[in-house]
Order: sequence, then structure tokens, then C-alpha cells
Amino acid sequence: MYLERGCDRLFSPALNPFSQLGALGFFFFWIVTVSGVYLFAFFDTGIEAAYQSVEWITRNAWFHAGVTRSFHRYASEVMLLVVGLHVLREFSLDRYRGTRWFSWMSGVPLVAFIYVAGITGYWLVWDQLAQHVAVVSARLLDVLPIFGEPIERNFLTPQSLSSRFFTLLVFLHIAVPLMLLAAMWIHIRRVSRPRVNPPRLLAGLILAAILAVAIIRPALSQGPANLATIPTEVGLDWWFLPLYGLPDSVPGLAILATLAAVFVMVAALPWLPPFRRPKAAEVDLAHCNGCNRCVEDCPYEAIQLVPRTDALPFPHQAAVNPDLCVSCGVCMGACPSSTPFRRTEELRTGIDLPDLPLRALREQTLKVAANLTGKSRVLILACDHGAAAHRKRDAVVMPCVAMSPPSLIDYILSKDLADGVAVMGCAENACYNRLGIRWTKERFAGERDPYLRARVPRDRLTEIWASPLEVVRAETELARFAEIVSRLPSAERQSLRSKELADVVETGVAG
Amino acid sequence: MILGARLLAQFGILFFVISVASLISNQPIFRALPADTAVLTMSFSHGADRRAACRPLTEEEIADLPPNMRRTEICPRRRPPVFVELSVDGARLFEGELPPSGVAGDGPSRIHEQFRLMAGEHDIAVRMRDNPATEGFDYTASRHVVLAPAQHAVIDFKTGAGGFVFSSDGDEGVGAIQAN
Repeated sequence: MYLERGCDRLFSPALNPFSQLGALGFFFFWIVTVSGVYLFAFFDTGIEAAYQSVEWITRNAWFHAGVTRSFHRYASEVMLLVVGLHVLREFSLDRYRGTRWFSWMSGVPLVAFIYVAGITGYWLVWDQLAQHVAVVSARLLDVLPIFGEPIERNFLTPQSLSSRFFTLLVFLHIAVPLMLLAAMWIHIRRVSRPRVNPPRLLAGLILAAILAVAIIRPALSQGPANLATIPTEVGLDWWFLPLYGLPDSVPGLAILATLAAVFVMVAALPWLPPFRRPKAAEVDLAHCNGCNRCVEDCPYEAIQLVPRTDALPFPHQAAVNPDLCVSCGVCMGACPSSTPFRRTEELRTGIDLPDLPLRALREQTLKVAANLTGKSRVLILACDHGAAAHRKRDAVVMPCVAMSPPSLIDYILSKDLADGVAVMGCAENACYNRLGIRWTKERFAGERDPYLRARVPRDRLTEIWASPLEVVRAETELARFAEIVSRLPSAERQSLRSKELADVVETGVAG
Repeated sequence: MILGARLLAQFGILFFVISVASLISNQPIFRALPADTAVLTMSFSHGADRRAACRPLTEEEIADLPPNMRRTEICPRRRPPVFVELSVDGARLFEGELPPSGVAGDGPSRIHEQFRLMAGEHDIAVRMRDNPATEGFDYTASRHVVLAPAQHAVIDFKTGAGGFVFSSDGDEGVGAIQAN
């Protein structure tokens, strides 16, 4: 997390590679694919021809094909690194349970596909490393009681290996990445606005860095394979081939069983323990005109527009899929009906969270406002996953700050409930609900419906994006904001009188 | 200027990460085989002779069979195991019965075992019994071999070639068969 914040400062939040890990995974996949297609033009299948063609690529045509080979190899390794970090990050941010189980579980086979694609790639070179990988792979596969003749017998002597073996390998090395691409597409099916391309500047920097490494430290072969000898020392690729560095004494069955157990356990993580899901958002048709804003803003594609089912004169209405809804409340913040200014007996909106409806949000706001005293009363709208989630006295805590409609800030300031409002969400680029920070910023900037009205004094509003590990920084920024607010001149605002405020807290109805 | 320095720093970080990734791509070196060591692999697939377990059918059994399937002898589907011994310099490296493969036990017996030997001269002897009725061994072969460090020597078995095949004999390498 600290490393991520450091990269935030160096790269800027928009370019931080840690916030682009999924997109970088796609980016490296395309680098590997394009470089692989180019290399295939020069590759020859055959026991001796395979090695010789790769040597020609590396030595004779180093300035184009050789560099491309290094690109192909290093990009695939960094892809593995990026995918590993992506898995760890999503796990550490608790973004793998509940509705997110699909993306998590569909991501598990991706790792297996990447490994299989990488391992078959090493075979193709048919150098001493390839020989070691081929023999150990065959030994591992022979443990499974599904092959008649042991596969390892194919690598007994130089005469036992056919050139057609390389044709099969080329097929595998193309087919597996194609399956990987299909699995990647499935992986992001349930993600709204998935990022599959990193920012161009970051992509350019990465390409330049790989090019520099490819020239300084080109990928090389390790001497031709010879089945009449055993490669005694091999430079293993510890990214792809850590299992190939285990001693012979470790039984193949134990290795495969451990691998299978790890994969099953990782795939089952979303249910270990079962995730207690809050109630899904509910549509109140009486207040929904099918405007599509909640559909647009939902980070999980859990809301769709469907034909109207009541008598109101609108063609569509919003419909929530409870299986996909994580109850982040972003839809409530997007609904134009979600305004605390409404003078109804029971405050209702078009789409609401049963566990924290707009009415309760306004009540909490009023209760917290009643606690504020002093020269600079700062009311905090806090994300449950951010640095201010622990605050009770001066904060209204919600699943995502994008749940609070911009009109709530207008309400707080125009009703003189506080002198300033601090919106304190997750760390930038680590938004628990993916799009909460982005939507909040765009709404405040007037770029996304519902806008924060122009009359809201911006100097009385601040945004603080910090994770629970950054409480000190968040508190410092909050104190600085309170200091600024204390120096602002008193504005003429429509203040709720004390009695009125007490009534509101009691009844939840405000004027 | 500041933008340039910032870009350079960003490039430097990415270059460092990719350099480390490229280093791990072939370091540290893995030693797959100790120095001055060779490997002897005994690997073959051979079905034992099941005729030893055949017996003549009685008159009653023959009469019970459909007319078009009548025969005088019946043999079990399951093959007997193959018994193999491998000795190097007089020491027994392997000795065991190889069960037939397949659910019904009618497939060939298989073995794929590797043994590490010190490089140098060795006397290798291999024996096989594939017929339970045989006393002693049906196939035996022996070689005096000189193994270089990291050499991979193979003992195969090919019925068509007459028995054991040593890779050290070259392409034609049929071992000295001493059928009992």
C-alpha cells in the first residue's frame, strides 16, 4: 500500500501502474501476441531446425527478430508479475467476494493458461532448458493415470523424438493463448467499464523500458538440446518454471496434488468464509422515470432499463439484479430523485438501499451536524473503506461516498449544518467500488449528472482520498481544511433554527 | 525540465522492474544433476506371455460354447506380471514385478526408472522373465559401459529387435541376448 502511494506521487494517480494492473495484463498480452506472430515468421519446426532458427533470430537478426524475441519473453514474464500483483491487490482490498466471485473465479484459469502458454513456449526453443522442461513436464504428466505409454519415453533418445512433435507444440503455443484471450474476455464480462488499455504515456514508457532491457540483456538460448545427455545446469525462468527446480525426490503426485489444492483453494476464497451480503438496492417505481443514470453509474452492471410495468407515462424503469448488486449505493447517489431537500413526510427516492436509505442518510447527517461545535464545523461524508471509516462523531459513514447525492452537500452547507464538508473516500485508484471516486469527482466538476450545483461554495468542500493505512495523512489534510474553513467569512445561509433541527432529527422531515 | 526529470524517473522505475524480471528469468542457475554423474534409464513397455496360463477345455465346456465359438483351449484375459532385475557392478539397482496395465490387466507391463551413476566404467546386467512357466529368465543382457559425466544411457526392450536394446550400442544396438 505504501509502495502504491509512493507510485501515486511519482507517476500521478492516473498513471500509477498499481491502479492499472488489470489493464497492464491485457497490454502485456498484446505485446506477447504481436511479438509472437512476428517471431513465428522466422521459426522453423524440427528437432534441429527449431534451435537453429531461434539462434538465427537471436544472432543474425538480433536488431529486429532478436529484440522481438526478448520482447516476447520479458513481456510474458512481466505479465505474470502484473497478474500476480493484480490477484494480491484485489484480495488485499477485499474485492473478490460477494458479487465479485465471478471475476475472481474466472481469473483462476487465466493463471493456469498463462503458465501453460509460457511453458510450451520454452519447449519450442529446443535448447537445454527446453529439454529439461520437456522431460520434467512429461514426468509430471505421467503421474496421471490417463496416458497409456509414458510420455517421457518420447524423450528417451534423440531418435525417439519426431519433428512433428514441434508442429504439435506450435499448435499448443497458439491454441492456449487463444483460450487465454477467450478466458480474459469472460473475466471482465461482469465488470462495468473494464479498463483494458493502460494510459498511452504509461504504455509508451513500458515499451521503452522493455526495449532498453531487450537491447542490454537480450534473451538467449542455452545450447542445443541433446537427449543423449542430461542438462546438468540450466538457467531456469523462475517466473514460469519454479516447479522445474524441485529435486527429483519430490514425488510428481505430491506436486500435482499441491497445485490442484492451491488452485481449488484460491478459487474457493470468495466463499471462505461466506460473504454476508447486504440487501440489494430497490427501485421505487413511483419515483423512477427511467432516466438511465443509475444504469450508467452502476459499477457492476447490476441495473438495467426494462419496459415500464406501471401506469406512469415513461417507456422504461430501472430493474436491479440482486445477484449482481453489492449495495454500494452509487445508484442512489446518481438518482435525480435523491435530494434531501424534498419536503415529503417520508423521504423517498427512485432507487434506494434498504439498509441505508436516503431518509436514514439525511437523518444521520442531521444527527452528526448536531454534534458539531466550534469555529469550523466540518462534516465528513466518509467511505466505509477509507481512512475516516472509524469516525463516528463528525462523520456520516456509507458504503461508498458516491452514494451521497451532490444535493446532500448543498443541503448541508445551505442549511448551515456545517461550515465545511469533507468527502473522505478510499485511496485514489483503489476505490473499493471501482468507480465511486471517479463519479464523485465528475459530479463535483459538473461533468456528470447529477451535478453539484454552482451555488455550493467550493472552498467549503474538500475531497480526501486515503486508505485505512493512511489515517495520519488523512487527518493532517482534514485539519488543514478545518483551518481554511475557520478563516472563511460567514456566509448568509438559510440556517435551520435549533428547534427546527431538533424536530428534523426527531422526525426525519426537513424543510 | 521537471516534467523531463519526472518522466526519466518513471522510466527508471519501469526499467528497474523489467530488469529484475529479466534477471530472474534465468538466475539463479539450477543444477539438475550433480557433477561427475550420469543417468541410466530403464524404460520399456512389454506384455508378458499369457499362454503359460492357458488350459485345455473339457468336453463339457466345449459343448457349452456356441458352435461358432468352440475352441480347445482357453486363456485368461489378464496377463501375468513381468519380472525384471537390473544390476550395476554386481549391486542390485532394481528388482520387481511389473503388473500389467489396463483395467482388465490385459495391457503391457511398463517401467520407466532412472538411476544416477557415477561417471566412469560400469558393468550393467539386466534380466527379464515374461513367462511365469519359465525358471530363470527369458531375456538377459549385459554390457560393460563407460559413462561420461551427464551422459544419458538407456536400456529399452524391443521384442522385434530380439530383446534388450542399449543406447550405448548405437542405432542398431541390440544387447547380447542369452535366451534360456
